[in-house]
Amino acid sequence: MDLTELYQDLILDHGKKPRNFGKCHEFNHDAEGHNPLCGDNIHVYLSLNNDKKVKDISFEGSGCAISVASSSIMTEIVKGKSEKQARELLSAFFKMIKEGQEIKKIGLSEDEHIKFSSLAGVGRFPMRVKCATLSWHTLRAALDDEKKPINSEVID
Amino acid sequence: MNLKDIKSQFPIFKSNKNLIYFDTANSAQKPKQVIDTLEDFYKNHYANIGRAVYGLAARATANYESTREVIKEFVNGTEGEIVFTKNSTESLNLVAHCFGKFLKEGDEIILTEAEHHSNYVPWHFLRKKKVNIKFIPINEDGEVEVNKLTSLITTKTKIISVIHISNVTGLTTDIKKIISIAKAKKIPICIDGTQAVAHTHVDLKDLDCDFYAFSSHKIYGPTGVGILYMKNKWIEQFEPFIGGGGMIQNVDTKNITYASGVSKFEAGSLASAEVVALKQAVKFVKDIKVKNIISHEQSLASYALDKISKFNDIEFVGSPSTKASVFSFNIKGVHAHDASTVFDEDDIAVRAGHHCCQILHKKMKIGSSLRMSFGVYNNKQDIDAICESIKKCKKIFKLK
Repeated sequence: MDLTELYQDLILDHGKKPRNFGKCHEFNHDAEGHNPLCGDNIHVYLSLNNDKKVKDISFEGSGCAISVASSSIMTEIVKGKSEKQARELLSAFFKMIKEGQEIKKIGLSEDEHIKFSSLAGVGRFPMRVKCATLSWHTLRAALDDEKKPINSEVID
Repeated sequence: MNLKDIKSQFPIFKSNKNLIYFDTANSAQKPKQVIDTLEDFYKNHYANIGRAVYGLAARATANYESTREVIKEFVNGTEGEIVFTKNSTESLNLVAHCFGKFLKEGDEIILTEAEHHSNYVPWHFLRKKKVNIKFIPINEDGEVEVNKLTSLITTKTKIISVIHISNVTGLTTDIKKIISIAKAKKIPICIDGTQAVAHTHVDLKDLDCDFYAFSSHKIYGPTGVGILYMKNKWIEQFEPFIGGGGMIQNVDTKNITYASGVSKFEAGSLASAEVVALKQAVKFVKDIKVKNIISHEQSLASYALDKISKFNDIEFVGSPSTKASVFSFNIKGVHAHDASTVFDEDDIAVRAGHHCCQILHKKMKIGSSLRMSFGVYNNKQDIDAICESIKKCKKIFKLK
Protein backbone atom coordinates (compact mmCIF):
# COMPACT_ATOMS: atom_id res chain seq x y z
CA MET A 1 0.00 0.00 0.00
CA ASP A 2 1.10 3.45 -0.84
CA LEU A 3 1.56 6.07 1.87
CA THR A 4 -0.96 8.31 0.18
CA GLU A 5 -3.49 5.58 0.78
CA LEU A 6 -2.67 5.61 4.51
CA TYR A 7 -2.74 9.36 4.59
CA GLN A 8 -5.76 9.72 2.32
CA ASP A 9 -7.67 12.99 2.17
CA LEU A 10 -10.40 11.81 4.51
CA ILE A 11 -7.87 10.95 7.24
CA LEU A 12 -5.85 14.13 6.73
CA ASP A 13 -9.05 16.16 6.92
CA HIS A 14 -10.18 14.54 10.17
CA GLY A 15 -6.62 14.76 11.51
CA LYS A 16 -6.47 18.49 10.88
CA LYS A 17 -10.07 19.37 11.70
CA PRO A 18 -11.31 16.81 14.19
CA ARG A 19 -15.09 16.60 14.62
CA ASN A 20 -16.75 16.41 18.04
CA PHE A 21 -13.66 17.85 19.67
CA GLY A 22 -14.00 19.13 23.23
CA LYS A 23 -16.08 18.13 26.22
CA CYS A 24 -19.71 17.42 25.26
CA HIS A 25 -22.54 18.64 27.49
CA GLU A 26 -24.06 16.35 30.05
CA PHE A 27 -21.78 13.38 29.49
CA ASN A 28 -22.42 10.52 31.87
CA HIS A 29 -19.53 8.24 30.88
CA ASP A 30 -15.92 9.13 30.22
CA ALA A 31 -12.48 7.56 30.13
CA GLU A 32 -8.88 8.48 29.51
CA GLY A 33 -6.39 6.80 27.23
CA HIS A 34 -2.64 7.20 26.93
CA ASN A 35 0.03 6.04 24.61
CA PRO A 36 3.08 6.77 26.77
CA LEU A 37 5.78 5.99 24.23
CA CYS A 38 4.21 8.29 21.65
CA GLY A 39 2.94 10.85 24.13
CA ASP A 40 -0.62 10.60 22.77
CA ASN A 41 -3.39 11.41 25.24
CA ILE A 42 -7.13 11.20 24.77
CA HIS A 43 -10.24 11.71 26.85
CA VAL A 44 -13.54 10.34 25.51
CA TYR A 45 -16.85 11.76 26.78
CA LEU A 46 -20.10 9.94 26.24
CA SER A 47 -23.74 10.65 26.94
CA LEU A 48 -25.87 7.50 27.03
CA ASN A 49 -29.62 8.09 27.37
CA ASN A 50 -32.16 5.88 29.13
CA ASP A 51 -32.64 3.76 26.01
CA LYS A 52 -28.89 3.04 26.04
CA LYS A 53 -28.37 5.13 22.95
CA VAL A 54 -25.27 7.27 22.39
CA LYS A 55 -26.93 10.68 22.54
CA ASP A 56 -23.64 12.50 22.29
CA ILE A 57 -19.95 11.67 22.13
CA SER A 58 -16.81 13.78 21.96
CA PHE A 59 -13.12 13.67 22.65
CA GLU A 60 -10.22 15.84 23.74
CA GLY A 61 -6.53 15.19 23.41
CA SER A 62 -3.52 15.32 21.18
CA GLY A 63 -1.72 12.93 18.93
CA CYS A 64 -0.65 12.13 15.40
CA ALA A 65 -2.86 12.41 12.31
CA ILE A 66 -3.85 8.73 12.55
CA SER A 67 -4.82 8.95 16.20
CA VAL A 68 -6.77 12.21 15.88
CA ALA A 69 -8.51 11.08 12.67
CA SER A 70 -9.42 7.74 14.20
CA SER A 71 -10.92 9.48 17.25
CA SER A 72 -12.82 11.97 15.12
CA ILE A 73 -14.21 9.31 12.78
CA MET A 74 -15.13 7.12 15.74
CA THR A 75 -17.22 9.87 17.35
CA GLU A 76 -19.03 10.59 14.08
CA ILE A 77 -19.88 6.96 13.52
CA VAL A 78 -20.85 6.04 17.07
CA LYS A 79 -23.07 9.07 17.68
CA GLY A 80 -26.74 8.02 17.58
CA LYS A 81 -25.98 4.28 17.72
CA SER A 82 -27.16 1.98 20.51
CA GLU A 83 -24.65 0.83 23.09
CA LYS A 84 -24.90 -2.67 21.60
CA GLN A 85 -24.08 -1.35 18.11
CA ALA A 86 -21.22 0.70 19.50
CA ARG A 87 -19.72 -2.43 21.04
CA GLU A 88 -20.17 -4.33 17.75
CA LEU A 89 -18.39 -1.52 15.95
CA LEU A 90 -15.56 -1.72 18.47
CA SER A 91 -14.93 -5.37 17.86
CA ALA A 92 -15.31 -4.90 14.08
CA PHE A 93 -12.74 -2.09 14.20
CA PHE A 94 -10.19 -4.21 16.04
CA LYS A 95 -10.76 -7.12 13.64
CA MET A 96 -10.31 -4.79 10.68
CA ILE A 97 -7.09 -3.22 11.96
CA LYS A 98 -5.44 -6.18 13.62
CA GLU A 99 -6.62 -9.11 11.54
CA GLY A 100 -7.22 -7.32 8.26
CA GLN A 101 -10.80 -8.59 8.17
CA GLU A 102 -13.06 -7.06 5.58
CA ILE A 103 -15.81 -5.21 7.29
CA LYS A 104 -19.45 -5.70 6.46
CA LYS A 105 -21.68 -2.72 6.78
CA ILE A 106 -22.91 -3.68 10.28
CA GLY A 107 -25.70 -1.14 10.20
CA LEU A 108 -23.57 1.71 8.87
CA SER A 109 -24.68 4.09 6.17
CA GLU A 110 -22.63 4.24 2.97
CA ASP A 111 -20.86 7.39 4.20
CA GLU A 112 -20.14 5.92 7.63
CA HIS A 113 -18.82 2.75 6.06
CA ILE A 114 -16.38 4.71 3.89
CA LYS A 115 -15.10 6.60 6.94
CA PHE A 116 -14.81 3.46 9.03
CA SER A 117 -12.96 1.57 6.28
CA SER A 118 -10.60 4.47 5.58
CA LEU A 119 -8.63 3.42 8.65
CA ALA A 120 -8.16 -0.18 7.48
CA GLY A 121 -4.76 0.63 5.91
CA VAL A 122 -3.21 1.35 9.31
CA GLY A 123 -3.05 -2.42 9.83
CA ARG A 124 -0.18 -2.53 7.34
CA PHE A 125 1.91 -0.29 9.59
CA PRO A 126 2.29 -2.37 12.79
CA MET A 127 4.02 0.44 14.67
CA ARG A 128 1.02 2.68 14.05
CA VAL A 129 -1.78 0.29 15.03
CA LYS A 130 -1.82 1.60 18.59
CA CYS A 131 -2.31 5.14 17.26
CA ALA A 132 -5.53 4.11 15.55
CA THR A 133 -6.86 1.91 18.33
CA LEU A 134 -6.28 4.24 21.30
CA SER A 135 -9.59 6.09 20.99
CA TRP A 136 -11.56 2.88 20.42
CA HIS A 137 -10.04 1.25 23.50
CA THR A 138 -10.90 4.42 25.40
CA LEU A 139 -14.49 4.31 24.14
CA ARG A 140 -14.74 0.75 25.46
CA ALA A 141 -13.39 1.91 28.82
CA ALA A 142 -15.95 4.75 28.90
CA LEU A 143 -18.81 2.32 28.17
CA ASP A 144 -17.55 0.04 30.93
CA ASP A 145 -17.03 2.95 33.34
CA GLU A 146 -13.44 1.95 33.76
CA LYS A 147 -11.66 4.40 36.02
CA LYS A 148 -8.09 3.36 35.28
CA PRO A 149 -6.73 5.10 32.18
CA ILE A 150 -6.19 2.93 29.13
CA ASN A 151 -2.61 2.33 28.05
CA SER A 152 -2.55 1.27 24.43
CA GLU A 153 1.14 0.25 24.66
CA VAL A 154 0.07 -2.55 26.96
CA ILE A 155 -3.07 -3.58 25.11
CA ASP A 156 -1.81 -3.66 21.52
CA MET B 1 41.30 6.03 9.44
CA ASN B 2 39.18 7.10 6.50
CA LEU B 3 35.65 7.79 7.66
CA LYS B 4 34.43 7.54 4.07
CA ASP B 5 34.89 3.79 4.08
CA ILE B 6 33.83 3.23 7.66
CA LYS B 7 30.28 2.23 6.74
CA SER B 8 31.66 -0.98 5.22
CA GLN B 9 32.79 -2.06 8.70
CA PHE B 10 29.17 -2.23 9.85
CA PRO B 11 27.46 -5.47 8.70
CA ILE B 12 23.98 -3.98 9.31
CA PHE B 13 24.44 -1.83 6.21
CA LYS B 14 25.26 -4.91 4.12
CA SER B 15 22.10 -6.75 5.11
CA ASN B 16 19.99 -3.56 4.98
CA LYS B 17 21.42 -1.97 1.86
CA ASN B 18 19.17 1.08 1.79
CA LEU B 19 19.16 1.74 5.51
CA ILE B 20 19.90 5.31 6.54
CA TYR B 21 20.40 5.28 10.27
CA PHE B 22 19.89 8.50 12.19
CA ASP B 23 19.25 6.92 15.59
CA THR B 24 22.72 6.56 17.11
CA ALA B 25 21.66 8.61 20.15
CA ASN B 26 19.23 5.78 20.84
CA SER B 27 21.76 3.02 20.16
CA ALA B 28 24.76 2.85 17.85
CA GLN B 29 25.16 0.15 15.21
CA LYS B 30 27.96 -2.33 15.80
CA PRO B 31 31.18 -2.65 13.82
CA LYS B 32 32.20 -6.10 12.59
CA GLN B 33 35.02 -6.52 15.11
CA VAL B 34 32.58 -6.11 18.02
CA ILE B 35 30.19 -8.70 16.58
CA ASP B 36 33.08 -11.04 15.73
CA THR B 37 34.48 -10.76 19.25
CA LEU B 38 31.13 -11.72 20.77
CA GLU B 39 31.01 -14.78 18.53
CA ASP B 40 34.66 -15.65 19.13
CA PHE B 41 34.29 -15.39 22.90
CA TYR B 42 31.28 -17.71 22.97
CA LYS B 43 32.81 -20.12 20.43
CA ASN B 44 36.35 -20.32 21.71
CA HIS B 45 36.85 -18.73 25.11
CA TYR B 46 33.63 -18.90 27.09
CA ALA B 47 33.41 -19.72 30.78
CA ASN B 48 31.76 -17.75 33.56
CA ILE B 49 34.09 -15.17 34.97
CA GLY B 50 35.35 -14.55 38.49
CA ARG B 51 34.54 -17.96 39.91
CA ALA B 52 36.30 -21.08 38.77
CA VAL B 53 40.05 -21.69 38.91
CA TYR B 54 40.44 -23.70 35.70
CA GLY B 55 42.36 -22.09 32.87
CA LEU B 56 39.42 -21.33 30.59
CA ALA B 57 37.64 -19.41 33.36
CA ALA B 58 40.81 -17.67 34.47
CA ARG B 59 41.50 -16.47 30.90
CA ALA B 60 37.88 -15.33 30.47
CA THR B 61 38.15 -13.40 33.75
CA ALA B 62 41.39 -11.74 32.69
CA ASN B 63 39.80 -10.83 29.35
CA TYR B 64 36.79 -9.31 31.15
CA GLU B 65 38.97 -7.40 33.62
CA SER B 66 41.19 -6.00 30.89
CA THR B 67 38.17 -4.11 29.51
CA ARG B 68 38.16 -2.15 32.74
CA GLU B 69 41.72 -1.11 31.98
CA VAL B 70 40.79 -0.12 28.42
CA ILE B 71 37.82 1.93 29.64
CA LYS B 72 39.97 3.54 32.32
CA GLU B 73 42.49 4.68 29.72
CA PHE B 74 39.80 5.80 27.27
CA VAL B 75 38.12 8.20 29.70
CA ASN B 76 41.26 8.83 31.78
CA GLY B 77 39.74 7.30 34.89
CA THR B 78 41.48 5.86 37.91
CA GLU B 79 42.37 2.28 38.74
CA GLY B 80 39.66 0.49 40.69
CA GLU B 81 36.93 3.04 40.08
CA ILE B 82 35.16 1.56 37.02
CA VAL B 83 32.04 -0.50 37.82
CA PHE B 84 30.18 -2.52 35.17
CA THR B 85 26.40 -2.34 35.33
CA LYS B 86 23.60 -3.25 32.92
CA ASN B 87 23.30 0.19 31.28
CA SER B 88 23.47 3.92 32.09
CA THR B 89 20.04 3.69 33.66
CA GLU B 90 21.25 1.06 36.12
CA SER B 91 24.40 3.10 36.82
CA LEU B 92 22.28 6.13 37.73
CA ASN B 93 19.86 3.98 39.74
CA LEU B 94 22.83 2.59 41.66
CA VAL B 95 24.03 6.09 42.54
CA ALA B 96 20.55 7.36 43.50
CA HIS B 97 19.70 4.24 45.51
CA CYS B 98 23.00 3.95 47.38
CA PHE B 99 23.44 7.69 47.91
CA GLY B 100 19.77 7.96 48.86
CA LYS B 101 20.44 5.84 51.94
CA PHE B 102 22.37 8.79 53.40
CA LEU B 103 19.47 11.21 52.85
CA LYS B 104 16.73 12.24 55.22
CA GLU B 105 13.55 14.30 55.13
CA GLY B 106 14.11 17.81 53.83
CA ASP B 107 17.38 17.06 52.06
CA GLU B 108 17.68 18.41 48.54
CA ILE B 109 18.88 17.08 45.21
CA ILE B 110 19.57 19.30 42.21
CA LEU B 111 19.01 18.07 38.64
CA THR B 112 18.36 20.00 35.39
CA GLU B 113 15.23 20.31 33.28
CA ALA B 114 17.11 18.64 30.43
CA GLU B 115 17.53 15.27 32.15
CA HIS B 116 16.72 12.02 30.44
CA HIS B 117 14.18 10.11 32.55
CA SER B 118 17.05 7.84 33.65
CA ASN B 119 18.56 10.71 35.63
CA TYR B 120 15.26 11.82 37.12
CA VAL B 121 13.11 8.77 37.91
CA PRO B 122 15.73 7.12 40.20
CA TRP B 123 15.98 10.37 42.21
CA HIS B 124 12.18 10.71 42.21
CA PHE B 125 12.02 7.44 44.18
CA LEU B 126 13.69 9.33 47.06
CA ARG B 127 10.68 11.63 47.34
CA LYS B 128 9.16 8.79 49.39
CA LYS B 129 11.69 9.83 52.05
CA LYS B 130 10.46 13.42 51.65
CA VAL B 131 13.63 14.43 49.87
CA ASN B 132 13.10 17.48 47.63
CA ILE B 133 14.22 17.73 44.02
CA LYS B 134 15.12 21.07 42.46
CA PHE B 135 15.82 21.69 38.79
CA ILE B 136 18.30 24.02 37.15
CA PRO B 137 16.05 25.56 34.47
CA ILE B 138 16.68 25.44 30.74
CA ASN B 139 16.20 28.61 28.70
CA GLU B 140 14.16 28.84 25.49
CA ASP B 141 17.18 27.74 23.47
CA GLY B 142 17.30 24.58 25.56
CA GLU B 143 20.50 25.53 27.39
CA VAL B 144 20.95 24.63 31.03
CA GLU B 145 21.13 27.94 32.92
CA VAL B 146 24.17 27.11 34.98
CA ASN B 147 24.29 30.66 36.41
CA LYS B 148 21.10 29.81 38.32
CA LEU B 149 22.70 26.89 40.14
CA THR B 150 24.23 28.86 43.00
CA SER B 151 20.87 30.30 44.02
CA LEU B 152 19.37 26.80 44.17
CA ILE B 153 22.02 25.48 46.54
CA THR B 154 21.21 25.50 50.24
CA THR B 155 22.77 23.85 53.26
CA LYS B 156 20.39 20.96 52.59
CA THR B 157 21.70 20.30 49.06
CA LYS B 158 23.25 16.83 49.24
CA ILE B 159 24.00 15.98 45.61
CA ILE B 160 23.87 17.49 42.12
CA SER B 161 23.27 15.19 39.16
CA VAL B 162 23.29 16.61 35.63
CA ILE B 163 23.28 15.62 31.99
CA HIS B 164 26.50 16.18 30.00
CA ILE B 165 24.98 16.35 26.50
CA SER B 166 21.22 16.48 25.93
CA ASN B 167 19.85 13.52 23.98
CA VAL B 168 17.20 15.83 22.46
CA THR B 169 18.82 19.16 21.68
CA GLY B 170 22.45 18.02 21.59
CA LEU B 171 23.38 20.97 23.76
CA THR B 172 26.38 20.49 26.00
CA THR B 173 25.99 21.45 29.65
CA ASP B 174 28.85 23.48 31.10
CA ILE B 175 29.64 20.64 33.48
CA LYS B 176 33.06 22.04 34.38
CA LYS B 177 31.38 25.09 35.82
CA ILE B 178 28.77 22.98 37.62
CA ILE B 179 31.50 20.74 39.04
CA SER B 180 33.51 23.73 40.26
CA ILE B 181 30.45 25.25 41.96
CA ALA B 182 29.62 21.87 43.55
CA LYS B 183 33.19 21.35 44.73
CA ALA B 184 33.39 24.81 46.25
CA LYS B 185 30.32 23.91 48.30
CA LYS B 186 31.57 20.35 48.94
CA ILE B 187 28.51 18.83 47.25
CA PRO B 188 28.98 15.49 45.45
CA ILE B 189 28.39 15.65 41.70
CA CYS B 190 27.12 12.98 39.32
CA ILE B 191 27.26 13.34 35.53
CA ASP B 192 25.08 11.45 33.03
CA GLY B 193 27.54 11.13 30.16
CA THR B 194 25.47 8.74 28.05
CA GLN B 195 25.40 11.00 24.99
CA ALA B 196 28.86 12.45 25.51
CA VAL B 197 31.31 9.55 25.41
CA ALA B 198 32.50 8.84 21.84
CA HIS B 199 30.99 12.15 20.70
CA THR B 200 33.18 14.51 22.71
CA HIS B 201 36.38 14.33 24.76
CA VAL B 202 35.76 12.96 28.24
CA ASP B 203 38.64 13.19 30.70
CA LEU B 204 37.53 12.06 34.15
CA LYS B 205 40.70 13.21 35.90
CA ASP B 206 40.21 16.64 34.45
CA LEU B 207 36.49 16.70 35.34
CA ASP B 208 37.08 15.24 38.81
CA CYS B 209 33.39 14.50 39.42
CA ASP B 210 32.17 11.93 41.95
CA PHE B 211 30.20 9.79 39.48
CA TYR B 212 30.11 9.54 35.68
CA ALA B 213 27.69 7.17 33.93
CA PHE B 214 27.66 5.97 30.32
CA SER B 215 26.82 2.86 28.32
CA SER B 216 28.48 0.44 25.94
CA HIS B 217 25.72 0.25 23.33
CA LYS B 218 25.90 3.95 22.59
CA ILE B 219 29.63 3.80 21.87
CA TYR B 220 29.40 1.02 19.23
CA GLY B 221 29.64 -1.74 21.83
CA PRO B 222 27.18 -4.50 22.76
CA THR B 223 23.96 -3.94 24.71
CA GLY B 224 23.70 -5.01 28.34
CA VAL B 225 26.75 -3.17 29.68
CA GLY B 226 26.76 0.12 31.52
CA ILE B 227 29.81 1.83 32.91
CA LEU B 228 29.80 3.70 36.17
CA TYR B 229 32.85 5.60 37.25
CA MET B 230 32.67 6.34 40.95
CA LYS B 231 35.26 7.71 43.30
CA ASN B 232 36.81 5.28 45.67
CA LYS B 233 35.38 7.00 48.73
CA TRP B 234 31.89 6.18 47.46
CA ILE B 235 32.88 2.61 46.61
CA GLU B 236 33.89 2.29 50.24
CA GLN B 237 30.94 4.14 51.75
CA PHE B 238 28.09 2.77 49.63
CA GLU B 239 26.17 -0.29 50.70
CA PRO B 240 25.83 -2.85 47.88
CA PHE B 241 23.08 -2.16 45.31
CA ILE B 242 22.26 -5.76 44.39
CA GLY B 243 23.10 -8.79 46.48
CA GLY B 244 24.22 -12.23 45.35
CA GLY B 245 27.25 -14.18 44.28
CA GLY B 246 30.48 -12.44 43.48
CA MET B 247 29.96 -9.45 45.76
CA ILE B 248 30.61 -11.17 49.09
CA GLN B 249 33.64 -11.84 51.20
CA ASN B 250 32.23 -14.17 53.81
CA VAL B 251 28.75 -15.60 54.36
CA ASP B 252 27.38 -17.51 57.32
CA THR B 253 23.88 -18.01 58.67
CA LYS B 254 24.05 -14.85 60.75
CA ASN B 255 26.40 -12.44 59.05
CA ILE B 256 27.66 -11.43 55.63
CA THR B 257 30.67 -9.33 54.78
CA TYR B 258 30.92 -7.81 51.36
CA ALA B 259 33.70 -7.83 48.83
CA SER B 260 35.79 -4.70 48.69
CA GLY B 261 36.30 -2.55 45.62
CA VAL B 262 34.10 -2.58 42.55
CA SER B 263 33.17 -6.26 43.04
CA LYS B 264 30.78 -5.12 45.77
CA PHE B 265 28.59 -3.70 42.98
CA GLU B 266 28.86 -6.54 40.47
CA ALA B 267 26.62 -9.28 41.88
CA GLY B 268 25.67 -12.37 39.92
CA SER B 269 26.82 -13.61 36.52
CA LEU B 270 27.71 -10.67 34.38
CA ALA B 271 27.49 -9.83 30.70
CA SER B 272 30.99 -11.18 30.22
CA ALA B 273 31.01 -11.63 26.43
CA GLU B 274 29.57 -8.13 26.03
CA VAL B 275 32.16 -6.60 28.35
CA VAL B 276 34.92 -8.40 26.43
CA ALA B 277 33.54 -7.14 23.09
CA LEU B 278 33.19 -3.62 24.47
CA LYS B 279 36.97 -3.50 24.38
CA GLN B 280 36.81 -3.73 20.59
CA ALA B 281 34.28 -0.89 20.46
CA VAL B 282 36.60 1.34 22.47
CA LYS B 283 39.51 0.33 20.23
CA PHE B 284 37.36 1.18 17.19
CA VAL B 285 36.61 4.66 18.57
CA LYS B 286 40.22 5.23 19.63
CA ASP B 287 41.52 4.19 16.20
CA ILE B 288 39.28 6.75 14.53
CA LYS B 289 40.11 9.25 17.28
CA VAL B 290 37.45 11.23 19.11
CA LYS B 291 38.67 14.50 17.55
CA ASN B 292 37.94 13.06 14.08
CA ILE B 293 34.50 11.90 15.23
CA ILE B 294 33.77 15.39 16.56
CA SER B 295 34.75 17.08 13.30
CA HIS B 296 32.84 14.48 11.22
CA GLU B 297 29.66 14.84 13.28
CA GLN B 298 29.86 18.60 13.46
CA SER B 299 30.29 18.92 9.74
CA LEU B 300 27.28 16.62 9.20
CA ALA B 301 25.21 18.56 11.74
CA SER B 302 25.96 21.89 10.18
CA TYR B 303 25.23 20.51 6.68
CA ALA B 304 21.95 19.01 7.96
CA LEU B 305 20.88 22.11 9.88
CA ASP B 306 21.66 24.26 6.88
CA LYS B 307 19.63 22.09 4.48
CA ILE B 308 16.72 21.36 6.82
CA SER B 309 16.31 24.95 7.97
CA LYS B 310 15.84 25.98 4.31
CA PHE B 311 12.42 24.28 4.32
CA ASN B 312 9.41 26.33 5.40
CA ASP B 313 7.57 25.00 8.41
CA ILE B 314 10.58 23.64 10.29
CA GLU B 315 10.76 24.15 14.02
CA PHE B 316 13.92 23.12 15.89
CA VAL B 317 13.82 21.99 19.51
CA GLY B 318 16.21 24.41 21.14
CA SER B 319 18.92 26.45 19.53
CA PRO B 320 20.63 24.80 16.58
CA SER B 321 23.84 26.84 16.95
CA THR B 322 25.92 24.59 19.18
CA LYS B 323 24.63 21.22 18.14
CA ALA B 324 26.90 18.33 17.45
CA SER B 325 25.85 14.72 17.18
CA VAL B 326 22.13 15.14 17.80
CA PHE B 327 19.30 17.61 17.29
CA SER B 328 15.52 17.50 17.10
CA PHE B 329 12.91 19.27 15.01
CA ASN B 330 9.33 19.21 13.81
CA ILE B 331 7.70 19.85 10.48
CA LYS B 332 4.93 22.23 11.51
CA GLY B 333 1.54 20.68 10.81
CA VAL B 334 2.87 17.12 10.71
CA HIS B 335 3.03 15.08 13.89
CA ALA B 336 6.47 13.54 14.47
CA HIS B 337 5.06 10.00 14.26
CA ASP B 338 3.46 10.66 10.92
CA ALA B 339 6.70 12.14 9.55
CA SER B 340 8.63 9.18 10.92
CA THR B 341 6.32 6.75 9.10
CA VAL B 342 6.94 8.64 5.85
CA PHE B 343 10.71 8.51 6.43
CA ASP B 344 10.51 4.82 7.25
CA GLU B 345 9.05 4.13 3.81
CA ASP B 346 12.37 5.46 2.49
CA ASP B 347 14.33 3.27 4.94
CA ILE B 348 15.31 6.27 7.04
CA ALA B 349 15.44 5.55 10.76
CA VAL B 350 14.64 8.62 12.82
CA ARG B 351 13.31 8.57 16.37
CA ALA B 352 9.95 10.26 16.97
CA GLY B 353 8.50 11.01 20.38
CA HIS B 354 9.60 12.74 23.55
CA HIS B 355 12.90 10.77 23.70
CA CYS B 356 12.43 10.03 27.42
CA CYS B 357 12.62 13.77 28.14
CA GLN B 358 9.09 14.83 28.98
CA ILE B 359 10.18 17.69 31.24
CA LEU B 360 12.22 19.27 28.44
CA HIS B 361 9.42 18.82 25.89
CA LYS B 362 6.82 20.26 28.27
CA LYS B 363 9.06 23.22 29.07
CA MET B 364 9.51 23.89 25.36
CA LYS B 365 5.77 23.33 24.81
CA ILE B 366 6.28 20.51 22.32
CA GLY B 367 4.42 17.21 22.49
CA SER B 368 6.88 15.21 20.47
CA SER B 369 9.68 15.75 18.00
CA LEU B 370 11.80 14.11 15.32
CA ARG B 371 15.32 13.40 16.43
CA MET B 372 18.28 13.08 14.09
CA SER B 373 21.49 11.77 15.58
CA PHE B 374 24.74 10.94 13.87
CA GLY B 375 27.32 8.23 14.08
CA VAL B 376 30.59 7.61 12.28
CA TYR B 377 28.73 5.82 9.47
CA ASN B 378 26.55 8.77 8.43
CA ASN B 379 27.39 10.90 5.43
CA LYS B 380 26.07 13.85 3.46
CA GLN B 381 24.10 11.59 1.09
CA ASP B 382 22.10 10.41 4.11
CA ILE B 383 21.16 14.01 4.80
CA ASP B 384 20.25 14.64 1.16
CA ALA B 385 18.01 11.58 1.38
CA ILE B 386 16.15 12.77 4.46
CA CYS B 387 15.63 16.14 2.80
CA GLU B 388 13.95 14.33 -0.12
CA SER B 389 11.79 12.53 2.44
CA ILE B 390 10.87 15.81 4.13
CA LYS B 391 9.73 17.06 0.70
CA LYS B 392 7.65 13.92 0.25
CA CYS B 393 6.18 14.32 3.71
CA LYS B 394 5.20 17.91 3.03
CA LYS B 395 3.56 16.82 -0.21
CA ILE B 396 1.53 14.06 1.47
CA PHE B 397 0.39 16.48 4.16
CA LYS B 398 -0.31 19.16 1.56
CA LEU B 399 2.08 21.72 2.99
CA LYS B 400 3.70 24.36 0.80
